[in-house]
Amino acid sequence: MNTITQTAPTHADEHHHGPAKGIKRWIFTTNHKDIGTLYLWFAFIMFLVGGAMAMVIRAELFQPGLQIVEPHFFNQMTTVHGLIMVFGAVMPAFTGLANWMIPMMIGAPDMALPRMNNLSFWILPFAFLILLSSLFVEGGGPAFGWTFYAPLSTTYSGDSTALFVFAVHIMGISSIMGAINVVVTIWNMRAPGMTWMKMPLFVWTWFITAYLLIAVMPVLAGAVTMVLTDKYFGTSFFNAAGGGDPVMFQHIFWFFGHPEVYIMILPAFGIISTIVPTFSRKPLFGYSSMVYATASIAFLSFIVWAHHMFTTGMPVFAELFFMYCTMLISVPTGVKVFNWVATMWRGALSFEVPMMFSIAFIVLFTMGGFSGLMLAITPVDFQYHDTYFVVAHFHYVLVTGAIFSLIAATYYWLPKWTGVMYDIGLAKLHFWCSLISVNVLFFPMHFVGLAGMPRRIPDYSIQFANWNQIISLGGFAFGLSQLIFLALVIKACRKKGDPVPDKVWDGATGLEWEVKSPAPYHTFTTPPEIK
Amino acid sequence: MTEQHSQYYVPTQSPWPIVGAFGFFLVAVGAGTLVAQLSQTGEAGWGQMVLMAGLFVLFIMMFGWFKDQIQESRVGLHNQQLGISYRQGMSWFIFSEVMFFGAFFGALFYARMISVPWLGGASNNVMTGEILWPGFEAIWPLTTTPAGNTTQAMGYWGLPLINTLILLTSSVTIHFAHTGLEADKRKQVAWMLGFTILLGSCFLALQVEEYIHAYQDLGLKLDSGVYGNTFFLLTGFHGMHVTLGTLFLIVIFFRILAGHFSADNQFAFQAASWYWHFVDVVWLCLFVFVYIL
Repeated sequence: MNTITQTAPTHADEHHHGPAKGIKRWIFTTNHKDIGTLYLWFAFIMFLVGGAMAMVIRAELFQPGLQIVEPHFFNQMTTVHGLIMVFGAVMPAFTGLANWMIPMMIGAPDMALPRMNNLSFWILPFAFLILLSSLFVEGGGPAFGWTFYAPLSTTYSGDSTALFVFAVHIMGISSIMGAINVVVTIWNMRAPGMTWMKMPLFVWTWFITAYLLIAVMPVLAGAVTMVLTDKYFGTSFFNAAGGGDPVMFQHIFWFFGHPEVYIMILPAFGIISTIVPTFSRKPLFGYSSMVYATASIAFLSFIVWAHHMFTTGMPVFAELFFMYCTMLISVPTGVKVFNWVATMWRGALSFEVPMMFSIAFIVLFTMGGFSGLMLAITPVDFQYHDTYFVVAHFHYVLVTGAIFSLIAATYYWLPKWTGVMYDIGLAKLHFWCSLISVNVLFFPMHFVGLAGMPRRIPDYSIQFANWNQIISLGGFAFGLSQLIFLALVIKACRKKGDPVPDKVWDGATGLEWEVKSPAPYHTFTTPPEIK
Repeated sequence: MTEQHSQYYVPTQSPWPIVGAFGFFLVAVGAGTLVAQLSQTGEAGWGQMVLMAGLFVLFIMMFGWFKDQIQESRVGLHNQQLGISYRQGMSWFIFSEVMFFGAFFGALFYARMISVPWLGGASNNVMTGEILWPGFEAIWPLTTTPAGNTTQAMGYWGLPLINTLILLTSSVTIHFAHTGLEADKRKQVAWMLGFTILLGSCFLALQVEEYIHAYQDLGLKLDSGVYGNTFFLLTGFHGMHVTLGTLFLIVIFFRILAGHFSADNQFAFQAASWYWHFVDVVWLCLFVFVYIL
């Protein structure tokens, strides 16, 4: 019919080679492990940058009154801290773990769409370069809170809002491509015999998370687009004078925002469900109930968004509907917590560092869940809304939840990635410093919040001064503790430590422990056998 | 099952993703700066140049990436498993597009069913209307905003109806292009694809005509309150998708002329036709909810 004049690219056998040399390895890579590493380092750097902003916030709040930064700069710090931690630290870190671990866990050679994988990663540094440099634009960076409520983001925002909007757009493109890649990999690349109900829970939770991402990131794109046109092109989606409604912004935003919360915690559930059985030397209790609980949480996450908006004057039936649906989420979440506890029950427990962080996760995340349950009750929320109680709640689920699970995952898989055991003494030091300081940091926020201290304000009433000093000291200590982690990871990456066997933890199960340590550059060229 | 899994295909390193990421960077910086500059001075400054450069880089990226991709596919490097991956990837991409339109449809329904009636005093908002905008009448299409902006509504008779028929016909023609490919009738494929592209272009031309009519005769503008907002953003984003879909089909058309695709190697063709059906369905929803109701 027609002849092919081009010479056949001799790509087919190239993947038996090792990585390319130098910088080209990282910018052109199609290797899931390289891309996972890039994601993880990017997330770690962003975690430190966002953490530095939190330090500025805590330094300002160390005393009542205005002392260190201007209120407008304070607002930029709270805003960009939130944006960076959500979109730059937690989400990319989980995506990095997904990239590293999912292909190895399901017996695939790589992600299904490796080049797109590279594109999804490399958009991120550019997006955050834009976001961070917008802080230096005349009039400052985004200062309307990470939730960018209208009219703060439309009528009262600075000129950098357009940069913010387009930065969010390209971050969204990156997330959607990453999520599509995960979904397709799990659907299509599982080794023969890896049936759905044999998949490790980390794979399951990421599979469901990826669907949440595909469903809600486009809605966020719609929300920022409407902010852009309202601010610059005279539309009035969020302006009552033109027939719109500022509350409509909150509906659209939280339709994205609530599933987003689960995007940041479902993979954490997967990690904990992987680590706890290993160090309990028992199979996970209630595997299938875990899968169904994850799916139920994902479904419920779409019908609870307005619990962020109880004080906006919605009709009573809407308040009740969203209150009951929200409280319903505690059922599948409770299933998970009880399953983890039941897995440990009468297990041969040992307390290696990943397990220490996992147990801390179970206890502290549950506390965050309980304060969430308090916030879910509409009449009670009228008092708690926009106070430090809310800040305490979501930092318990995000820091001692999501971040602790990420640290646990790192301590669990780092020996597999580097081939050496990290410095366990340093790791334990990191654990105890983090555990104590994080509670000094966030626990008193419950008290000042219940007493009425509002969030996102650079000054406060004099009676909150003592607790705020303690909170700030906890904050500085927690920030410094993470430098121990940084030092430890760098040391492990430079292969300083004892070599580890293929199966690093004696109780571990899963395909990732069948391959060599450190994991070879290309894991499976032919599918492994799954029993 | 074991046969198709016997050897995995992992593509080699490629420069195009990083080029694409850089293109997105330029587009975001350029668009962000352009919009801010327009609002400050009313004139396009350097942002415009950066935006153009970014779009150019993205074009180069797509050209190069697809070229490599087509070449690899033509020499038979792609196995069946990869074909499935591509198809699944495309379908989930279309699903994400559905959710994007969902956000704007959501805004439309919220405005119609909640915010406009409430401004008129419905539900528990009697005093809102009384105090803020006495005399405001809650009707849809919202031809007079609470602030007093007036406009005329766009009817569905005439251009929109013709456009609906055009797009529906194009969905039929692309379907026959596909059956032609399945039966290896390449003439039919080329003709039917050509018709589809022509119909898509007609649709876009009429859409421009309709916008001119809206701006000049009806006074219906982007800033004419929430009716104009939802009208222009929904039809505008749909029009952008039709434009992309048409470009996609044009590429496929030339590949058909060059002898590409067969009954069992037709991913890009299928993706283009799925995309086309998707913009078609979106239009049907638009026609019902934006124009008729």
